[in-house]
Amino acid sequence: MMAKRVMTVDDSKTMRDMVGFTLRSAGFTVIAAEDGKQALGLLASNPVDVIITDLNMPVMDGVALIRALRADPKWRSVPILMLTTESDAGKKSEGRSAGATGWIVKPFSPDKLIDVVNRVCG
Amino acid sequence: MNRAISTGGGRGLPTAAAAPEDNSQFITFTLCEQEYGVDIMAIREIKGWTETTSIPHAPAFIRGVINLRGIIVPIMDLRARFGMELAIPTRMHVVIIITIGTRTTGLLVDAVSDIITVAPASIRAVPDMGAADGATLLTGLVALDDRMVSLVSLEHLIGNAIAQMPAAETRLQPAA
Amino acid sequence: MATGHFDHLKSTYFQECGELLDSAYASLTLLSEGRQDDDTVHAIFRAIHSIKGGGGAFGFDRMVAFAHVLETLLDLLRDGRMQSTGAVVGLLLRATDALSDLVAAERTATLVAQGFEDALLAELGACALQGLGVVPPPVPRVAASSSPPGAQAVLYTIRFMPHPGLYRNANEPLLLLRELKRIGDTTIRAELARLPSLERMEPEDAYIGWTIALRTTADLSRIEEILDFVSDDCDLSIERVPDTVEIAADDAASPAAPDTLSIPVAKADQEPRRGEGYVAPTSVRVDVQKVDRLVNLVGELVINQAMLVQFGALLPPDVCPGLVGGLATLSQHLRELQEGVMAIRTQPVGSVFSRMPRLVRELSTQLGKDVHLVITGEGTELDKTVIEQLADPLTHLLRNALDHGLEAPDQRIAAGKPAQGTIRLAAEHGSGRIVIEVSDDGRGIDRDRVLAKARQRGLIDDASTPSEEEIDNLIFLPGFSTVDVVSDISGRGVGMDVVRSNIQALGGRITVHSRQGAGSRFVLSLPLTLAILDGMIVAVGRECYIVPLTNIIESLRPQSRDIHPVAGCGDVVAIRGDYIPLIHLSHHFDVPGAVSDPARGMVVVVESETAGQVGLVVDELIGQQQVVVKSLEENYGAVDGIGGATILGNGRVALILDVAGLRVTHPPRPQSTHLVQERWR
Repeated sequence: MMAKRVMTVDDSKTMRDMVGFTLRSAGFTVIAAEDGKQALGLLASNPVDVIITDLNMPVMDGVALIRALRADPKWRSVPILMLTTESDAGKKSEGRSAGATGWIVKPFSPDKLIDVVNRVCG
Repeated sequence: MNRAISTGGGRGLPTAAAAPEDNSQFITFTLCEQEYGVDIMAIREIKGWTETTSIPHAPAFIRGVINLRGIIVPIMDLRARFGMELAIPTRMHVVIIITIGTRTTGLLVDAVSDIITVAPASIRAVPDMGAADGATLLTGLVALDDRMVSLVSLEHLIGNAIAQMPAAETRLQPAA
Repeated sequence: MATGHFDHLKSTYFQECGELLDSAYASLTLLSEGRQDDDTVHAIFRAIHSIKGGGGAFGFDRMVAFAHVLETLLDLLRDGRMQSTGAVVGLLLRATDALSDLVAAERTATLVAQGFEDALLAELGACALQGLGVVPPPVPRVAASSSPPGAQAVLYTIRFMPHPGLYRNANEPLLLLRELKRIGDTTIRAELARLPSLERMEPEDAYIGWTIALRTTADLSRIEEILDFVSDDCDLSIERVPDTVEIAADDAASPAAPDTLSIPVAKADQEPRRGEGYVAPTSVRVDVQKVDRLVNLVGELVINQAMLVQFGALLPPDVCPGLVGGLATLSQHLRELQEGVMAIRTQPVGSVFSRMPRLVRELSTQLGKDVHLVITGEGTELDKTVIEQLADPLTHLLRNALDHGLEAPDQRIAAGKPAQGTIRLAAEHGSGRIVIEVSDDGRGIDRDRVLAKARQRGLIDDASTPSEEEIDNLIFLPGFSTVDVVSDISGRGVGMDVVRSNIQALGGRITVHSRQGAGSRFVLSLPLTLAILDGMIVAVGRECYIVPLTNIIESLRPQSRDIHPVAGCGDVVAIRGDYIPLIHLSHHFDVPGAVSDPARGMVVVVESETAGQVGLVVDELIGQQQVVVKSLEENYGAVDGIGGATILGNGRVALILDVAGLRVTHPPRPQSTHLVQERWR
């Protein structure tokens, strides 16, 4: 079975590295984008099985990205996970309404991240 | 003449027998027919002698610097460093390139002999023969068959310590 | 919250913190200048938010706790529930300074004094009070989930009835059921009651529900966790069942409560927030080490090519006519390649300038001066080798201006000046170099005192009458503490001679222009890079040396009659009426077999700031060449009069002269020899 592909979207390189490192060690293939706009660009030629996005990003933030993804027939049913902090409650519920599948709270433990990713994309 | 030998077991030299974990390996070389050894892990390369560019006001035992694939490396005449006369290097002489910490230096020696494996127990302390400063350049002595190999302390040889030393050059006692 | 997993990412994190803090400061500066832009505040919020987010993963609790309070305040600002007044911005600046210190403490693993941030925390809390109406609570800790050790297996009945819209969030019940199966024994029954006929079915709606009997040793919280994401989109009940009872009939129960947060929260806005004004530069992030390797490689290529040219010159011309032409083309391409690669390594000088505002802020508070720092030309680019060395001299100059140049506010008013002093820091390119100016509108140099002090110290002849400009530049002489330069008696002076030698070590120059009562202007001129150098190759005996072209005034073969010995000083050569002292490089560097009569060799007249013009006696000039500067200090050490080494086309090492250093040690001091020898013992 082919490895599942994950896209991580975050303007913090540290975060992208953390998510990437954790998921790669669990056997996922990970591609990274710095903001929503870049993510959409990459997705055009790089299909993925799950998207993990931060909510606070420049150019195009997480909620806008989620909306854009759900509006596109290709990405309507891809699981989208939000990386949130406890102070993000407002954005988190926005993200939910926009169509996010679930969330992971920062700081996260690697096991938790892997669990949640598996939960939404098998 | 450049013979590049990789560290830790080089091709072309007699291989040592498989050694238990805490044994150390040394490459031995000769200076005026006396045998010395340096830790193999510090050795980067062994090459033949090439012309150096002299450095003004350098100590007599620094022959100058060479270009080692883009980095500037000083060459130390070990004979002179150990208190013997300066060597007259020819193409047959050998330069051992070592790296300690971030510094790379070349040691000019007569010839390289062997790789030896030494158990820590067989290293004897250097006897105190009165020349205290000379002794610190060696970490110990090892008896091998009927030869005595003096193990060189690379840290002291190359080290940065600006300690107050007597004006006379450090001397090693000749082998008994 | 487990830590340690990501330790290898710490350096990435700290590097990112550096960039985030720079960005925060840049935005705060804009705010302080009155740009109450939405984007600006958002940018600051995001920066602090990211620092906090990453810090949590590494367990930097203290820093995270501080960042959290700062972030809360920033949140209020970006929501528009608070105005960013001058006082607020000042508080944000100080808080960012403190955060920067806390980050630095984590990076260097040093301890910060207990209570260091308490005062600021109180201030931030008080400020936020106005916007929130309630003091922001501390960071809620993520509770570790506990599983009871060796628990008994318990039977649960789970009723999971998705609402029709469940699939819109791409939740997949099948995966949830599988996960439930993994934590225990399950019996699953599908509930098809809501399934409509085919023609009335919406393909993307959820109709099927499930009743699950789950026997598990896991906690209830684990089950809730698995179903957390869908809890809002379904009717869910989880009931513990005593063993004897079978699966019960349905009854709607309250859905598991989602995680609640204790922080008062703003109402969700209708519009997503976007930083629209932000334009991401099209750039690529590259590891500095990779660039350095490239630069080194290209340097090697240049050397190789020079060697090939030499070999080519050995061939008779008709053997391979295309070779010379081909090598010339290669040389040209290589030069362009080198320029291109060096350009990658250049950075805007702003990266050094950005540290200065904080320094000025802190010092001006400390010294009780009111100062406005104006920075221009931050985008001026130069090689990182020079940038790295700029911080110290710039810091000295700014301290100097703040401490001694600028007067206290009351003194300024008495002098008819505005109470607030201005310091300008500017950078621009000029004739292949970078020119940096540090100027202030303070009291200027007290020339009478300077002249008196110089005469007193014997630095200048009693008889001579230097010009105003010459007097001003006396402050660069060794032994001239700045305290003597101005009439102010506060504080320690930082020697201008130290600043000058720093700058000269970079191959730069520094001069000062001053008007008494109006202020001083320090002008630094620096090469754009330290990595390559245009030089003249000269032969002395068997050796070759490189003389930097920037130091060379002229070269000539003097007439014997123009060479005069001066008792106790060596020789001088007369050139157009001036007497230039001669240095025989062969003596200076102990090179045997060199030409000793200048009239049979060449004299290269060079100039440096430290002692004017000197003539170097060499055997001959070999030629001009651009060389790659290699470090001598890396594996050997510093040598007076030598500023590095390079590798010539013939593969041999040639030493590069440090002209300023030559003069100082002529004749060679025994000390320098001693020091090098000491190092090698």
